[in-house]
Order: sequence, then C-alpha cells, then structure tokens
Amino acid sequence: MPKLIKLTGDPSGKDFGAEWAEDGFVHVGDDDALPEGDVILSLARFQAEGEILLSNSRRVGVRVEPDQEVEALAYDLPRLSVVALAFPKYRDGRAYTSARLLRERLGFTGQVRAVGDVLQEQAGFMVRCGFDAFEPADGATPEAWTKAAHRFRHVYQRAADHRRVAFEERAV
Amino acid sequence: MYLYDAIDREFLTDRSNEFRHQVARRLAGELTEDQFKPLRLMNGLYLQLHAYMLRIAIPYGSLNSRQVRRLAWIGRTYDKGYGHFTTRQNLQFHWIKLKDVPDILDAMAEVDLHAIQTSGNCIRNVTADPYAGATAEEIDDPRVWSEVLRQWSTLHPEFSFLPRKFKIAVTGALTDRAAVKTHDIGLFLRKGRDDQIGFEVVAGGGQGRTPYIAQTVRSYLPAEHLLSYVEAILRVYNRHGRRDNIYKARIKILVAALGIEEFTRQVEEEWGKISAERADLPAAELDRIRAAFAQPRFETLPDVSEAFEAARAASPALQRFVRNNVKPHKVPGYAIVEVSLKAIGQTPGDATADQLDVVADLGERYSLDDIRVTHAQNLVLPHVKLDDLPAVHAALEAAGLATANIDLASDIIACPGLDYCALANARAIPIAQDIARKFADPDRAEKVGELKIKISGCINACGHHHVAHIGILGVDKKGEEFYQLSLGGSGAEDASIGKILGPGLSADKVAPAIDALVEAYLHIRTGEERFLDTYRRVGLEPFKEAVYAQAD
Ligand code: HEM
Ligand code: SF4
Repeated sequence: MPKLIKLTGDPSGKDFGAEWAEDGFVHVGDDDALPEGDVILSLARFQAEGEILLSNSRRVGVRVEPDQEVEALAYDLPRLSVVALAFPKYRDGRAYTSARLLRERLGFTGQVRAVGDVLQEQAGFMVRCGFDAFEPADGATPEAWTKAAHRFRHVYQRAADHRRVAFEERAV
Repeated sequence: MYLYDAIDREFLTDRSNEFRHQVARRLAGELTEDQFKPLRLMNGLYLQLHAYMLRIAIPYGSLNSRQVRRLAWIGRTYDKGYGHFTTRQNLQFHWIKLKDVPDILDAMAEVDLHAIQTSGNCIRNVTADPYAGATAEEIDDPRVWSEVLRQWSTLHPEFSFLPRKFKIAVTGALTDRAAVKTHDIGLFLRKGRDDQIGFEVVAGGGQGRTPYIAQTVRSYLPAEHLLSYVEAILRVYNRHGRRDNIYKARIKILVAALGIEEFTRQVEEEWGKISAERADLPAAELDRIRAAFAQPRFETLPDVSEAFEAARAASPALQRFVRNNVKPHKVPGYAIVEVSLKAIGQTPGDATADQLDVVADLGERYSLDDIRVTHAQNLVLPHVKLDDLPAVHAALEAAGLATANIDLASDIIACPGLDYCALANARAIPIAQDIARKFADPDRAEKVGELKIKISGCINACGHHHVAHIGILGVDKKGEEFYQLSLGGSGAEDASIGKILGPGLSADKVAPAIDALVEAYLHIRTGEERFLDTYRRVGLEPFKEAVYAQAD
C-alpha cells in the first residue's frame, strides 16, 4: 500500500509541515469486491453505488481523473471525506485546477489527496492549490516534502492556501 | 524601469539555490538525465547539438546597462564571447557547461535577471512593444501590464503544467511591433468610451506546424480586470486543451476546434465565476508597479537640433542611418534608435560581448539607462537626444553596430537552425547570410524598401517564417536540406499567414530565388507599395513565375 504524507498545520502560515499518516482508506477498483471500512472509489462507481455506501457508517472518498470535472461532485462534497485527484503523469496539470476549484469555489473542507505520479518537485504547487495529502511516487519523505513546499519564501499570486502574497507583504 | 525589491530578490535567491541543489544531485549521479530534464527545463536549460543552451528571460525586452554588461561578462566568461537574441526578446547562450549554470544564475540574480519560465509548458516570458514609453502612438505603457503579468505568472501554482507552452504579448500602440497576434494571448491596450483604459483580448494565435492568427475574445476588457480574465482563459485551456498529442496541444488548436464563439462563451462563463476581488491586482500594487515606469525626466528641448542637423548634412552615412534606424520619439528633441544586429554576413541576432558592452555604455550615457530587445532580434536605445545622435552613430559604427537596415531585406530573422538546434532539419544562419549579401548594397536595399524575410530551420517556426513577407522554411528531403518559400505573411497589425510559393529549393538556389522575387516586385510595384502590398494586390502567380522560370 502506498505511504501517505499529510500536511500538518496551516499552509497559509510559515509553520506548516508534513508527516507520515496512517491511511485508513482503501483504493477500490471498479471491478473489485467492496471491502469493509473506508474506501476511495472512482467517480463512476461512486455515482452508481455512493448513496448506499454513504448511508453505511463508513467514510467515502472519490477518485477524480483529470478529464473529469470536480463540479460533478458539488452536491455530494459535504458527505465526502476525501477527494483523490489523479496525476497520470506529473506533467498533466489539470488536477491543480480541480484542487483549487474544490477549495476555493466548492468550499470542500475534507482531504484533497494527490495520487499517481506525485513528485516532491511539485510539492509547492500542490500545497498552494489546496492539496493536503500525498501519495508520493518518488519515495519522498515528509521531511523532503516539507522542505520542498517551503522552498520559496514569497509567492506572487493568491491561491487556495491563502498565503500572504508578495503585494500584501509589500503593503505592510 | 521596474527595479526588484527585497521580495523579488529573495525569490530569485531561493530559485537559484533550488537549482544549485538539483545540479549537484545530477552531477553526483543521484538524478538521471531523464529525471533532471524537467528540472533543468524549468530553468531555461536545454541540451542542444554541441552543448547546453541557457535561455535567459528578458521580461518585455527591457534591460538596463548593468544587466547588459553582466550578460556580456557571462558571454565572455562562460560562453564563446557572444550571445544570441531571440524572437521572443530573450537571450540564449549556446555553449554552456552544466557545472557553471548555478554560478551563472547567481551572477544574473545579482542584476535581477533569471531564466525562469523560459521553457516548459508554462506561461513564458511576456513580450511587449520595444518602443514602450518612447513612442507617441501609445495609449498606455505595456510594460506596466507586462510586469503585472510577469509577477502573477511566476511559478503560478495552477498553471505551471499546462498542455503546452503559453506565450503572452502586450502592446499599447497601433503599430504592432510585438507580433501580438501570433501569441496564445495577445493584449492590445485600447481607450474605452469613458476614456478609461482597457484591453482588446485576442487568443489562439500561434506558429509551429499549424499557424493561426489570434482571434478576438473580448473587444474591451477594463484594464483592472486583466488578471481575472487571463486566469479564466488559462483555466479553460488547462482543463480542455489537448494533452494526447503535443502537436495539437497549444491553445490555438482548442480555439480552432471549439470555434471562437464557443471558446469565448466558456471563457466568459468561467470569468463570471471568478472572484474579481481575489483574482485582480489591488489598485495600490498596480500603482506601485506603474510608478516604476513613470516617464523619466526628459529635458525640454527644441524640435530641431542644430548640432544634429549640421552633422547630418555632412555625413551621408548618418543620413542613411537616420532614414532607416531612427524613429520618432514622443518628446521633442529625442529619438528612438534601433541598433541592428544584422550586419551583412553576421549571424542574425548575435552580439559579441564587446558589442554588448558598447551598447551598455551608450544606453547608460545617452538613453537614460534604458535598452530594449526587439522580436526582430535587434536592440533599441529608446531615449536618445537628437543632439547626441551623431556621437551615438559614430560609436555604433566603430563597434560594427550601425548597419542601416531596419526592416529592410537584410534585416532577416533567423532561428539557430542546424548550426545549433537539435530539432533542426536545415541550416538557417548561412541562408540568412547568403541573402543578406545580395542586399549588401545599401542603395539597393533601400530602393526595395520594407521587406521582412524570416527563416526557420524546421516546422517549429522559431524564425517566424509563417508571418514573413517572404518566409523560408528548412525541410529535410531524403537527407538533403531543402527550403520552402512562402509569401504574404505578416506578424504586424495586418497579421496574416503566408502562402507556399511552390516546390522546395536546394540551399544554393534560395538567395537567387529571393533576388528573383525582389526583381519581380520592383517591376510590378506601383507607387509606395511595399513588397507585401504588391503581393496582396497581384497574388502568387507573377512571383511563382519569376522564381521557377529562373530555376529551370
Ligand atoms: C535552439 C533551441 C530551441 C528549441 C529546442 C526550440 C523549440 C521549439 C519548439 C519545439 C517550438 C514549437 C512549439 C509548438 O508549436 O508548440 C518552438 C516554437 C517557437 N520558438 Fe523555439 N526553439 C529553440 C530556439 C528558439 C529561438 C532561438 C527562438 C527565437 C529566435 C525561438 C522562438 C520560438 C518562437 C517564436 C516559436 C513559435 C511560437 C509559436 O508556436 O507560437 N525558439 N520552439
Ligand atoms: S525552428 Fe526548428 S530549427 Fe529553428 S530553433 Fe526552432 S526548433 Fe530549432
């Protein structure tokens, strides 16, 4: 099972970090038998079976591929624990938009998890777009992840992390 | 000009430390070339035919003398004593060693220069009218808005992994000197009915193997909403641009596939959902940036300079230089001076370290410490007093920089081609040199008048051949270099894509063919027609005949 890194602290400030986390969720394929406990399903399977699962006493997450629109989940978000956004290749940047929309437009407060080709070089971008959990594909440790996410002392644009932007620092 | 503050500087330091660390890991063998490639590309470092190539960003083509001197120093210390200016107002060094790159980035950072986003599928260096702040035609200073975009796009967390690279150009003048309509987003500053400032926003332009002229998405956008609107365009593109085929991944393909109406509808719908308050730049920051481009203190001078008039009367060379390379300035007693990097027989866009030092000195002494790069691979001294023109001309002449050929047939745009570029099919530089020699007689070049010849060494079109009055494309035909000619393109305000003239020509036939085209034009032109105007009036046929009858 891939290891899970979770952000700790508030990414809008300077003190956030990352740590290994116990991953209670199981990724369930479309043809897999449904296990006990907390699950992450594809969007299609969620749309077919989600109602029943959500009424069980388990937590449910949905995996959204880059060509699927997170808006499709708008109605269900309050009941979801995890939205896992897939990076089939690190170069496929659509999940960054999906993450920002989840946080900034749809008000999702659950976990936004990066899955797939997830590399520490992208940590800063991911944290800024609102991801707070990561299944690294490159063996990154929480220490490496934290360091990468803190690499730049300043940022130039507002994003989901609500970090203070260069022009706000200047205005002080 | 905009000067970096502590925040901008710390940002560059962080960037250069990051890359130093990555290079160390690569040199120690901890990263393979495959793993290192995306990291180096983020810093403008390409692996080319003979060596690494470093592409340095020159935001909106604007430099001060200190920066130009530093570029000269880098060329001397780490390259073979020269640099190459590109059609995107950037500078490339073609002979760089990997181990030196971190030191080069540090040396650049000391003068507020960097290589951020000069490659990769991100928002590239923003380009602008090189006459910004100097031309009377201007509605507003495009540098202000280019700097706004530069900061906003720098390591943008959402838009650093787009389907493909993304290029934005801005102009405030009616004459388009920035090839705005060939860009993914083009921004034309416009005056609104209420006398407020806004933009005509065009999108979907591009060159490469499928060239498109950008189309209007919005004819008037209040200027303060620039960032939210650009965000909307980029979000639509990031979500819906194709990622399955790199040749179809540019925004031009999305715009063409959806049609401009549907594309616009999607952009407007997305824009409606963006909180302008969060996405647009606060007025105080806009004012701060605008203040950096406040008009410098020009002297109050008479319209006519007696010193200049006397020198001009005595020097035919100065007369020619003024006719071709000196342009009107918005302030009486001043002029805009173009410095041609197209001396006959030279590599278009190359400048030696010594020449750069000369330009830096002239810029500092005579042009309010302001130096510009044009997309036609030349330099500009934007604020020269007429009184100083004779001295500037003499100094340029001594440095081999006074070629009086701006926009003439020998002012050729050419990409590095097979002499440097790993993607090339054919050489571009020697072809440019051959053609320029045909117009070495300056009287002949002036008689022909404005003629924009542009050469690319392959279909990627870095040399803008699609939007040339005469475009030349290098192709590979069974291992031999061939060249395809096209006529009637333009990258200016009357933008259009050229049409292919006929079968490709071998390298030795290209310059004679250009000669034949020009002779045909001289024969059939009427009045003040430029080559392009004549072509547009008479079409391909007479030109086809001139070239292929001669080739037989
Ligand atoms: C030598 C290394 C270079 C490489 C590997 C390279 C690569 C490319 C590629 C692959 C494209 C096509 C992109 C596409 O269609 O999506 C392209 C386009 C372009 N390049 Fe280069 N290039 C190089 C140098 C240059 C230079 C020296 C210039 C300026 C003289 C330049 C300016 C441009 C421009 C203006 C375009 C057209 C942009 C468009 O498609 O709209 N490049 N380049
Ligand atoms: S047009 Fe082709 S040959 Fe010329 S620089 Fe671009 S990629 Fe290289």
